[in-house]
Amino acid sequence: MLTDLTIAQASEGLRKKEFSAVELTKAHTDAVETLNGRINAYITVTSDLALEAAKKADAQLVSGDAPALTGIPLGIKDLFCTNGVRTTAASKIIGNFVPPYESTVTAKLLENGAIFLGKTNLDEFAMGSANLTSAFGGVENPWHRKGDPSVMVPGGSSGGSAAAVAAHIAMGATGTDTGGSIRQPAAYCGIVGLKPTYGRCSRWGTIAFASSLDQAGPMTRTVEDAAIMLTAMAGHDPKDSTCADIAVPDYRAACGRSLKGLRVGIPAEYRAPGMSEEILAVWQKGIDLLREAGCEIVDVSLPHTKYGLATYYIIAPAECSSNLARYDGVRFGERAEGATSLDDLYEKTRHNGFGEEVRRRILMGTYVLSAGYYDAYYLKAQKVRTLIQRDFTHAFEKVDVLLTPTAPTAAFARDEKPEDPVQMYLNDIFTVPASMAGQPAMSVPVALDSKGLPLGLQLIGKHFDEETIIAVGSALEKAAGFTARPDLRAGVSA
Amino acid sequence: MSLDLATTRRIAKLARIGLDDQEIEAVRAQLGGILGWIEILDEVDVEGVPPMVGTSVTTTLKPREDVVTDGNCQDKVLSNAPDREGPFFTVPKVVE
Repeated sequence: MLTDLTIAQASEGLRKKEFSAVELTKAHTDAVETLNGRINAYITVTSDLALEAAKKADAQLVSGDAPALTGIPLGIKDLFCTNGVRTTAASKIIGNFVPPYESTVTAKLLENGAIFLGKTNLDEFAMGSANLTSAFGGVENPWHRKGDPSVMVPGGSSGGSAAAVAAHIAMGATGTDTGGSIRQPAAYCGIVGLKPTYGRCSRWGTIAFASSLDQAGPMTRTVEDAAIMLTAMAGHDPKDSTCADIAVPDYRAACGRSLKGLRVGIPAEYRAPGMSEEILAVWQKGIDLLREAGCEIVDVSLPHTKYGLATYYIIAPAECSSNLARYDGVRFGERAEGATSLDDLYEKTRHNGFGEEVRRRILMGTYVLSAGYYDAYYLKAQKVRTLIQRDFTHAFEKVDVLLTPTAPTAAFARDEKPEDPVQMYLNDIFTVPASMAGQPAMSVPVALDSKGLPLGLQLIGKHFDEETIIAVGSALEKAAGFTARPDLRAGVSA
Repeated sequence: MSLDLATTRRIAKLARIGLDDQEIEAVRAQLGGILGWIEILDEVDVEGVPPMVGTSVTTTLKPREDVVTDGNCQDKVLSNAPDREGPFFTVPKVVE
């Protein structure tokens, strides 16, 4: 089936004329049509635009001037502004926003020939770890526990992207990661998710959550596909001053590179108390596989790991409260009716337009930045953040890459959602430290747990050394031989 | 650490988010819980540690030419306005 191909395979098939871009795209738009009503991975489906673009891709393929992603159908997280296509951030407050411009990352994908199937669901403004805060409804994880029809969450915030890729209703998708929003849903849905180094991809035109942490990255079914997408997405952008002016290598060339003599660090602090035996076992399996592949395994320490989450839940809300101040119902977005003054208009608009979790984070951020509390919370957190970054700097003096679990558990059922926000935040315990330090990191699916749900391992690299995590990730992927697919996917439960 | 209602109301005012009494109480309890959990940072010694600013990954920021690169797109700017009058955004009357 065309929907079963990887991006690398489809690209080759298109060039060998085994099928056309229109056929490949049609297979996907049909599958979206069949499955999206249930999975809810897409907020906005753009099948007509996709099929039009596929015709152009076929012409490009005939002319021979066809860049790497020509004719490849992708899902785009609904946080990237797309010219003329509604972009909602899964929020009511900009539920009908139609950007008159294109984000740099999606513009680069379009220049590389990619076809957009639609805009994928997410937690509202990318704030959440289960895709349960979307104003457009939750996403169903295509995986289920064996013999149990309970709806599992796809993780978050890039839950729609992860579910779309896992269910074969996109060949790949874009995600954004602030504290784990690419890697954790990738682990929950059994796919690959790569968060590049902070500054590797431009943030211009991506709706901001926490600007010192947000980073776009690819979500795919193989490491090679992630490398292909990242090569297209990365690169300097004069419109984002934090976007690094560093040459973009051909990341695909790093796949299959020899790992002889490579040093893989195992951080002791990621062995969290109360961690499930199954997560520990899959971590050990990863260690064994990399040792067999020629790596040297080295114990390392990242002593400030346990402070990562608390630091994150000061800094991210602080930045979010500032970034989301722009949603006031004046220049764009939903405006509340019946306001009696300008302040009343702001207060009503922001109360009605934001969901509970977004409101909570704005309020938290407002508090930690307010007069009298700034030093105690925000400044303190920024200092601890320096210590977290130093931990990584010291570890990378001894090793080339770190291997850890991606998440403390497998996906949980929608009705098992914790009521306490702090319990929900704990999902990101292993992904947040790399975000705080700006390191590149990738989740790779490695095994299924005893209930039949996927588990992922995380590789964390040195700044701007995505190539090493791709090299190690492709070896881990090959050695683990993860070929399981979810029961809910294109062509199966259609 | 626990928050009192007055502080919670002040935060909501600063954030321009209108909350009713029931919502204020819920937010007070939840933020209090989160702040209690964050107290773990009290045990970290940050004496002499500089705060991290930005993400310090990239080297020096690159200056660019101070020139106009965009403009003359009034319709695009106003295309998502909830309410407009000619070339202006409009809001409820605030000056009598």
